[in-house]
Amino acid sequence: MDSFQDTIFKLKHYWADRGAIIQEPYDLEVGAGTMAPETFLRVLGPKPYKVAYVQPSRRPADGRYGENPNRLYKHQQLQVILKPTPDDVLEQYLGSLEAIGIDLKKHDIKFEEDNWEAPTLGAWGIGWQVMLDGLEITQFTYFQQCGGIDLDLVPAEITYGLERIVAFLQNVNSVYDIEWAPGFKYSDVRLADEQQFSVYNFEMADVDMLWEEFKLHEKECQRLLDLFRAKKTGFERFPVLPAYDQALKCSNLFNLLDSRGAISVTERVGVIGRVRKLAVGVADAWAKQQAVA
Amino acid sequence: MANFLLEIGAEEIPDWMIEPALADLHKRFADAFAAFGGSAITTDATPRRLVLQAKDLIAQAPDVEAVAPGPYLSAGAKAAEGFAKKQNTTVDQLAKTTDAKGERYIFHQLVKGQAAAHALAEKLPEIIISIHFPKTMYWTGKGGVKFIRPIRWIVALLDDQLIPFEIAGVKSGNTTRGHRILGSKTPLLVGINNYASVLEDNFVIVSTEERKERIEKALGPDVQKDEDLLKTLVYLTEFPTPIRGSFDKSYLELPKEILSTVMRHHQRYFSVVNADGSLAPEFVAVTNTAGDPDGLISQGNEKVLRARFNDARFFWQVDQQKKLSARVTDLEKVTFQAKLGSYKDKTERVRVLANEIAKALNADQKTVDQAALLAKTDLTTDMVKEFTELQGVVGGLYAKAQGEGDAVATAIYDHYQPVSMDAPIPRTLEGQIVSIADKLDTLRECFRVDMIPTGSKDPFALRRAAQGVVKILFEAKLPLDLKNHIADVPALLPFMQERIEFYLKDARGYAYDEVNAVMAAGFTTLQNLAERVDAIHTVRPTDNFEPLAASFKRIKNILKQAQLTTANPPKPELLVPGPEQELYQAFLKVRTATQATSVYREKLVQIASLRPQVDLFFDKILVNDPDPAIRENRLALLHSLLTEFSTIAGFSEIVTQGPSA
Repeated sequence: MDSFQDTIFKLKHYWADRGAIIQEPYDLEVGAGTMAPETFLRVLGPKPYKVAYVQPSRRPADGRYGENPNRLYKHQQLQVILKPTPDDVLEQYLGSLEAIGIDLKKHDIKFEEDNWEAPTLGAWGIGWQVMLDGLEITQFTYFQQCGGIDLDLVPAEITYGLERIVAFLQNVNSVYDIEWAPGFKYSDVRLADEQQFSVYNFEMADVDMLWEEFKLHEKECQRLLDLFRAKKTGFERFPVLPAYDQALKCSNLFNLLDSRGAISVTERVGVIGRVRKLAVGVADAWAKQQAVA
Repeated sequence: MANFLLEIGAEEIPDWMIEPALADLHKRFADAFAAFGGSAITTDATPRRLVLQAKDLIAQAPDVEAVAPGPYLSAGAKAAEGFAKKQNTTVDQLAKTTDAKGERYIFHQLVKGQAAAHALAEKLPEIIISIHFPKTMYWTGKGGVKFIRPIRWIVALLDDQLIPFEIAGVKSGNTTRGHRILGSKTPLLVGINNYASVLEDNFVIVSTEERKERIEKALGPDVQKDEDLLKTLVYLTEFPTPIRGSFDKSYLELPKEILSTVMRHHQRYFSVVNADGSLAPEFVAVTNTAGDPDGLISQGNEKVLRARFNDARFFWQVDQQKKLSARVTDLEKVTFQAKLGSYKDKTERVRVLANEIAKALNADQKTVDQAALLAKTDLTTDMVKEFTELQGVVGGLYAKAQGEGDAVATAIYDHYQPVSMDAPIPRTLEGQIVSIADKLDTLRECFRVDMIPTGSKDPFALRRAAQGVVKILFEAKLPLDLKNHIADVPALLPFMQERIEFYLKDARGYAYDEVNAVMAAGFTTLQNLAERVDAIHTVRPTDNFEPLAASFKRIKNILKQAQLTTANPPKPELLVPGPEQELYQAFLKVRTATQATSVYREKLVQIASLRPQVDLFFDKILVNDPDPAIRENRLALLHSLLTEFSTIAGFSEIVTQGPSA
């Protein structure tokens, strides 16, 4: 039986063999692999790109204090971006399942419509959730728009839910029973994380401090975007990537505030709009920067 | 004669879009190739292919003669020469014809019929990419072709002849693909006659009907019938094989609604029922495989279902820790609509409205108020957050479990009903009132901030909400005057009227002119409207009715020409003896008779009995008498006649056959 990490190694190898760069996780808090710059920014513009990486993804509101066998505050996604999409992308994807030991002839695979949309990123795509014996194991999306920009090349985004897939492969009922490495369970590695962050996110995070932080990061991002817009020349070295970090910070702070129940109905739409404005601004700047680089 | 086969191979198409897409493809094909005859066009589909077959196409469309109109002779020789040149001929080859403006040149031209193969190759790309889908994507790059999902192969054969064309870089050919997992990994060569059998050998049943039968045959009599789910599964599979699984009996403590929803909506499983209608601890999943000899698929599905049921049980337990009545203030945090505030705001408005309606209908106000207060609180429960389609139902179940009483619980449970034209209305008066108040509030508020449906755009499903209100009022026969509750939102009245007309025509099957006639007379309660339209419909086939309706139309026109909108009653002393006096006497008699009965059918029979006097009047009397006093009085008589009886229906709206006035 493969451990959690064995399965990850195999998937990374599989995509490396097909020409993908194997990146490491982005080192900021994000809600999904899509938000890492390796996806959000790289899908923009006409340059082909292939990348795969595991992205720990934080969703404060999904925390269950480590008590729910399937729900996690932070889960691991294996994210693959193929830009442009190869014609046999679905065959390649099915091959990856075989590579991690799923005998497809003995199982039931279905592609069920599931379009993806992220209002805070100005992004959407068309695709499926991939069902394996009734279990959703992957989200597959053909990106159409990102940061409000129509994409030149249509990338395929394959997002594997690693905990689910490995729980299936190891035939365990709780993600916490997954063997991460020989002798170490998922609970040994991550349970404390789930417990403590659930307490913090739901009960203890200082709302005033989070708002303050949100405003600071928003201001910094906006300051950089304004400077970029004012520029006539010398785009190449302009810190667009640091501006995106600020936007990501805002996005995570928004999620935290939300899980603390600190965002009222009337505020909510407005705050989403503020984050979106930053993301769209960064996407626009990045696209301009790429065009001259 | 030749047979044609088209297969558009695509990545998995959403199941619910397939049938409309096939219908559209069928129509576009039939329209474009009408010239080639074709005895039968059939379509079929699996998730990965849209298929169209046409039998007996003629190889060559017949030539058609076209007539090109040229200049008039009066335009001179230059114009004639120019026209001839444009037609690739000379003036002496032109024919002449005469029309209202004089003699002109024309040119008879024989347009060669196209060869079928050529026409197909030329027109198919446009037809295929024009197939309508609710949402499309591009995949070859910005500005590229759009389709529902990427097209990966195309088969186009006219007998054994390949019809060559290209879409998004994919060239049509004679190779298809089998089942993703069970079929050959390489493309499969097909001919027009062995297409289906080659695919079947590769675990693809092209025929929708056959896939459906295959599933149905395996389901067994204890499986809950579910046509919608069956259709979904037929279009989610290329080789459907149902398998059975079971779950622990202990989950049966959860309400049936919740278990069924988890199975149906989230896992697409059929439920299995006992002889007494209760759920059995089993399910049927339809796989896209040839079978499950090792039981792995069944085990996998059982495990997923167990996790789902555990979630549901957990939600149930957690949700009970906070009663619905304690959740009302939490609704402040649930958005109803960005411009319209929270569900707390909505709840307050709905309560006011529901109380008004309850008062008007003499309903139990305490029950209505409590149900309206709690109706939306289940939106704050974990159960509804997870299973959104159970909103209302969960509220009802929780209300019952928390001792709110059956009347309140049932009203909450039902208040989203009817969700469609075919769905049932709430079972109790209190449920009906809360449902109406909830929907009317949505309509009132959306209209107030100008979120009004236009054309096919109705993002807030306001038509459905309005239709729901109308359906309840009609079917529960509630004596409620809708106008009293929307008077302050003027734009809403015509919108509701449209839905009322739609209901009478579509659900009740009345003719459009019958509906127009009663609507023209206005309405108070919809029950009254229903009685009137039924009376019209019943009395209409009798001898006197339509001719009288035609006369009413004539009266209306006469009054319109005379620009008479109001009039005093006619003065009896000015009525000329004979037909005019007789009509007046008949009018008085019928008026008394109609006032004496409350049955609309009898009223109408009475009114229709006026026909001989009306006919005689128009036959013998000239309304436009030279004496203005007599003329005015005649118009007043006609006016009385029209207005007196137009409270039942605008008879002039009735479309009559044969000679009319």
